[in-house]
Amino acid sequence: MNREDFPMLSNDIIYFDNGATTLKPKCVVDKMNQYYFNHTSNIHRGDYDAAIQTNILYDNVRNIIADFVHADADCCIYTSGATMSLNMVVFGYMKKHLKAGDVVLLNKAEHASNILPWIRLQEEIGIDIQYVPLNDDYSLTLDNIKKCVTDRTKVISLAHVTNVIGDVRDVQSIGKFCHENHILFNVDGAQSVPHMMVDFKESYMDFLSFSGHKMCGPTGIGVLIGRKELLEEMDPLFYGGGMNSFFEEDSSYELKDIPVRFEAGTPPIAEVIGLGEAIRYLTNIGMENIHQHEIELKKYLLKRLDEIPNIIIYNKDSKSGILAFNLDNVFAQDSSVYLNHYHIAVRAGNHCAKMLKDEIHIKNTVRVSMYFYNDFSDIDRLIDALRNSEDVFKIVL
Amino acid sequence: MDDNLRREIILDNYQEPFHKGLIDDNSYCKVNTNSESCIDNLDFIMKISNGIIEDIRFDGEACAISTSASSILIRKLIGMRIDDAKDLLKNYKNMINEKDYDEDVLGELNVYNEISKQPNRKNCALLPNVAIEKLLGEMENGK
Ligand SMILES: Cc1ncc(COP(=O)(O)O)c(C=O)c1O
Repeated sequence: MNREDFPMLSNDIIYFDNGATTLKPKCVVDKMNQYYFNHTSNIHRGDYDAAIQTNILYDNVRNIIADFVHADADCCIYTSGATMSLNMVVFGYMKKHLKAGDVVLLNKAEHASNILPWIRLQEEIGIDIQYVPLNDDYSLTLDNIKKCVTDRTKVISLAHVTNVIGDVRDVQSIGKFCHENHILFNVDGAQSVPHMMVDFKESYMDFLSFSGHKMCGPTGIGVLIGRKELLEEMDPLFYGGGMNSFFEEDSSYELKDIPVRFEAGTPPIAEVIGLGEAIRYLTNIGMENIHQHEIELKKYLLKRLDEIPNIIIYNKDSKSGILAFNLDNVFAQDSSVYLNHYHIAVRAGNHCAKMLKDEIHIKNTVRVSMYFYNDFSDIDRLIDALRNSEDVFKIVL
Repeated sequence: MDDNLRREIILDNYQEPFHKGLIDDNSYCKVNTNSESCIDNLDFIMKISNGIIEDIRFDGEACAISTSASSILIRKLIGMRIDDAKDLLKNYKNMINEKDYDEDVLGELNVYNEISKQPNRKNCALLPNVAIEKLLGEMENGK
């Protein structure tokens, strides 16, 4: 779908690395260029036309985000990306509200940014991190979560969609369970918000983090959404201009209200505007259409992969556009170098999910991650390349 | 160098690497290389006596380039005096980084003389180099 909107696709490449970052449609870059070429100015406090125009665009993106994931606009905080958002939750909120011995439930399929901050918090204040076991297909179920919950469980933190296995967690049931049991529900939406409808309120989320660059937007911009009562109790990690009401010689000061309290300094203005345009663009295509298209792509990919004998697939069953595999006796990086020869961009490695090796018993995989602009002919090209894969070493060496 | 020969040497050393597999012996010094830019993860151990490299072994998960380079480099280094080893490592590094080097001391390592055409693989080729330099450094500091 919509391939013509992406200038990079005219370069004869098959782009299958959407889990890392997505391509940018022309409209997003144009919108940012307009800011740079026609109305560059800082936000807030400007009384000239360009500044007024910038302000309106910048502020309105909060409404666009809020509509997109069903949250309140004043609870949408601009960050630099999902990583920063997750760190703000852990060090701005959890550090203040958790105490030694409180249990945080994670699982081994999570991205580094939803594990390392918690490990650091464990060092700092002695929280107890526990890992909910995954099923045989590496998915995570509410049943398994329930088995781990005790009255010490204070937080469940998980990716809505994981970035290697691509399984979609049932956030609605998990969220409802958390809500009923007074457990905080922290959701990493980096791989879900770009690909499907996400409903912050209906899923009883307490916090939701995601990145602009994985959803057709620019790099350097992300979002943290929190429930208002929680954000009111969260500490900013950065202090400076734009977030204070006053400060005095006697060291008294007052901070502004949420969300700007969490946005010290000049924000990434062009990126915020670009993200707004990206969301508008995705909404026009329709998130349900995007999700369905990716599921069709994966079905077709799996069907065609039947033709490749020497392949190990780790996530046949997951309902997203992500496929993790290895060729028999070929190191993942050699496979990705090989595919690059055919102008096919995939990613090899542990994809920042370094604990997943304990579950799948292999450290590195090749990941194909698809988006709405991929089509069946992309998959055909991949299959053709894989079919010749006895030649891997002829090509990579 | 002929491409087929190049490929054959690399592939032989990838599929049947020399001295792959560690041994448990505390007269060896150990390092791990887990470089950021590439996903190879290899352990190296080395034993030196009387200023001569007596043994080097390695193990782990890695691509064809870093595995084969480890194999070839180790085979060359065993039995060398430390100064000669450093000289070899320096020449090898210079070759990978497209600087002046002495082709004659490198022998089979010359199979990597075109790796700089693939910038993303330079780190793979340099991985054993980094590890062994680190080991030599640690051993000298330990003295
Ligand atoms: C599941 C998941 N969470 C978090 C992140 C971090 O996103 P960013 O690097 O944009 O901060 C990623 C990115 O790969 C991811 O896949």
